[in-house]
Amino acid sequence: MVSRASDDAADAARPPAPAEGEAAVELIGIGKRFGSVVANDGVDLVLRRGTVHAVMGENGAGKSTLMSMLFGLLEPDSGEIRVEGRPVRFAGPLDAIAAGLGMVHQHFRLFDTMSVADNVVYGAEPRRRGLFGKAFVDRRAADARVRELAARYGLDTDPAAVVGSLSAGARQRVEILKALHRDARILILDEPTAVLTPSEVDSLFAVIRRAADAGTTVVLVTHKIHEVLAVSDEVTVLRDGRVTGRFATRDASAAELVRAMTGRAIAEVKNPGTGTPGETVLEVEGLSVSDGRRTVVSDVSLSVRRGEIVGIAGVSGNGQHELVAAVLGTLGVAAGRVRLAGADVTGASVRDRRARGLAVIPEDRRGEGSAVTMTVAENAALGHHRSAPIGASTGIRRGWMSLKAERSQARELIADYDVRTSGEQQLIGSLSGGNAQKVVVARELAHQAPLLIAEQPTQGVDVGAIGAIHGRLLDYRAAGNGILLVSHEISELLALADRVLVMYGGAIVASFTAAEATTERIGAAMAGAAAADPTEASDAAPDPAAPDLTAPDPTAPRSTAPHPTAPHDGDRA
Amino acid sequence: MHVFELGFVAAVLLAATPILYAALAGAISAQVGVFNIALEGQMLWGAFAAVAGSYYTGSAWGGVLTALVSTALFSVVLAVGAARWHADPIIIAIGTNLLAIGLTGFLLRVLFDTSGSFSPRGLEGLPKMAFLADVPVIGPIFAGQTALVPLAFVLIVAVGLWLKRSAGGLRLRGVGEHPDAAAALGVSVASYQTWVTIAGGALCGIAGAQLALGNVTVFTENMTAGRGWIAVAAVMLVAGRPLWLPVACLGFGAAEALGFRLQGIGAPQQLTDAAPYAITLLVLVATRIRFAKRASLTTT
Repeated sequence: MVSRASDDAADAARPPAPAEGEAAVELIGIGKRFGSVVANDGVDLVLRRGTVHAVMGENGAGKSTLMSMLFGLLEPDSGEIRVEGRPVRFAGPLDAIAAGLGMVHQHFRLFDTMSVADNVVYGAEPRRRGLFGKAFVDRRAADARVRELAARYGLDTDPAAVVGSLSAGARQRVEILKALHRDARILILDEPTAVLTPSEVDSLFAVIRRAADAGTTVVLVTHKIHEVLAVSDEVTVLRDGRVTGRFATRDASAAELVRAMTGRAIAEVKNPGTGTPGETVLEVEGLSVSDGRRTVVSDVSLSVRRGEIVGIAGVSGNGQHELVAAVLGTLGVAAGRVRLAGADVTGASVRDRRARGLAVIPEDRRGEGSAVTMTVAENAALGHHRSAPIGASTGIRRGWMSLKAERSQARELIADYDVRTSGEQQLIGSLSGGNAQKVVVARELAHQAPLLIAEQPTQGVDVGAIGAIHGRLLDYRAAGNGILLVSHEISELLALADRVLVMYGGAIVASFTAAEATTERIGAAMAGAAAADPTEASDAAPDPAAPDLTAPDPTAPRSTAPHPTAPHDGDRA
Repeated sequence: MHVFELGFVAAVLLAATPILYAALAGAISAQVGVFNIALEGQMLWGAFAAVAGSYYTGSAWGGVLTALVSTALFSVVLAVGAARWHADPIIIAIGTNLLAIGLTGFLLRVLFDTSGSFSPRGLEGLPKMAFLADVPVIGPIFAGQTALVPLAFVLIVAVGLWLKRSAGGLRLRGVGEHPDAAAALGVSVASYQTWVTIAGGALCGIAGAQLALGNVTVFTENMTAGRGWIAVAAVMLVAGRPLWLPVACLGFGAAEALGFRLQGIGAPQQLTDAAPYAITLLVLVATRIRFAKRASLTTT
């Protein structure tokens, strides 16, 4: 099927595939250091053929390093890797691919201007004989190959579609097809659900099960407990580069997994409920934003009062970011009004708006939230550089900054927020995601602005830091400020928000009070269901905030695609 | 009226051909992710090498071959510097352009003991396709041209098809669009970039040969006079669609040919000389505005 003549020979030379349950991959005593940092230390991991094996851990626990070594992107300092019983040494990912591994990275590596079929066969193209030998791609064979693989694994895909026009879920299917086209028998999925809608997550889990039933070994790298419980057969938990837990999923509980991951039981942040909200700090009225081609925010009205957190739910790209940008003033509006503390700021500059009491934790931490090539101290001073103690608005020091004050403030911040850093002069870009985000959060909260916009405040942040940031946001509300919280994580909204508005296609399509809000209802509205009927919700994930998580029944038959926790109707939308 | 006679079409083709070869070089470099602004310098080197080659071998085709091979070698600096050592291609290209001016002037003095221009008695220019003279329409357009003129168009179509249909073309485009993705699938980004840039050098050599042995039969210092930059503009204009290159280059060729015509009826030479560059500027500004509009649609 694949063009390269050598493949047929390789097929013949391949040893018979190991039977179900035999080790497809064994990692034995794997160690890896980066300078003085130990990323992996004596890690043992056995992946049995035809199973779904979850590799869990917080950010920085070493799971990415481990997978990079398995896929040939890094070379282990010590230990041995065996694939299907044979010791291997990968000089690069190509060796890993040749040995039957495939990896779907968190950030897709796709050619946006090319078709799905071209992306799938790129580098291993079927050729047709022509005037110039076999120089030309056999497009018909490529399309047929994509269709055949798509049908076999349930990966709904149009081979002729241009990849750049596809949704995140469809792009991920293209990545999986790429690995399957190269006959991957061991498929590594790195944080595969980060970019997916709840219904896309269902479809992905169905594909994972189907692939495992067909004999493919699937490695699911994740830090989301409900995913592990929903789809895996076995779990290996990493912390600080070491294995801290091995479970058969059916014997594991959420609490045990959290303890293995964090070394402590996490106290779930609970929304302590709202007091009486005070005066309105943000009022958005009939706001529409256009990107010149289409309306990306259409007729949105909302208000945020002192002492409340208003959540905006929605799948990424449904207008939330543009709504925030319009409130902040970085994006012009097509229609409507924005009022901050009663004053119309629709046409005002960002600086004006901030001066009226607006602080922002941006979604893009490295692009907008921080200056990655500057130090922690400098980043913490951004926006505070005109006012005492760092700056001065009048007098001879006007326009000059006190570097001493900058440093001492940063040191206080580091201590207060428990930022793990070598000091305030460390570059913020070299901190882990969670620690960098703590600096951004601390800097913005320090404004004590009556309105805080927090856009995805815990994206890419480890569990410990998530708890800390959530606690800070609740304290901020308790101090009588209003927060507009944009999040793609339903659990985060349930934990924090007093009201949840759901955006879909640029409009607010649903609104729930904290009492009404459930994962199912929000998930259905996020998927664009006209009536958010909780009984037909498409969300596979059990509410992670709920303590009584039940593991999927391992005795249930696996041959049908839908999983016990993935309802049949999950694939619509 | 007489501006639109067949002779004018021939003049447009003549003016456009060197730009076409250079633009094709720039376009394939762009497809592989190397922004090549060394076209001007490489073309100038090609022109010098063509004249020197023709002078020493006594054959115009010997001159073309000399230009092709030596400009390919000349482009190795850019190819290896940018693709293997990850230097900034803009910086290397600027160096290339400055080096070409200095080196050709220097060699003119050292080898031929002259300056300004070099046109020795008996210097072989490229033969014209005089055998076409009696064919209607084709004759008046092509009889006075070298074979390199129609070859440019054939080459562009062939390269365009190869890019679109062949496995090598698919890989080449992938390297330019997302190098990491290509590398992860076993395609050597550095190799593609190196060889495509060197092939671009060869094309610039042909551009220089057509300029110095086809359009005229002389080498003068800095004789490319911005044609390489117009080729860069054409590359930006077609934005990754090489099959549109002829349209862009013929437009610039028409501006140059029209300038000559207008000189014939008394327009000041300085003004008409500026016409192709003025048009380049206008077209670039116009496309930037279009791109800016398009970009503002997709980014926020």
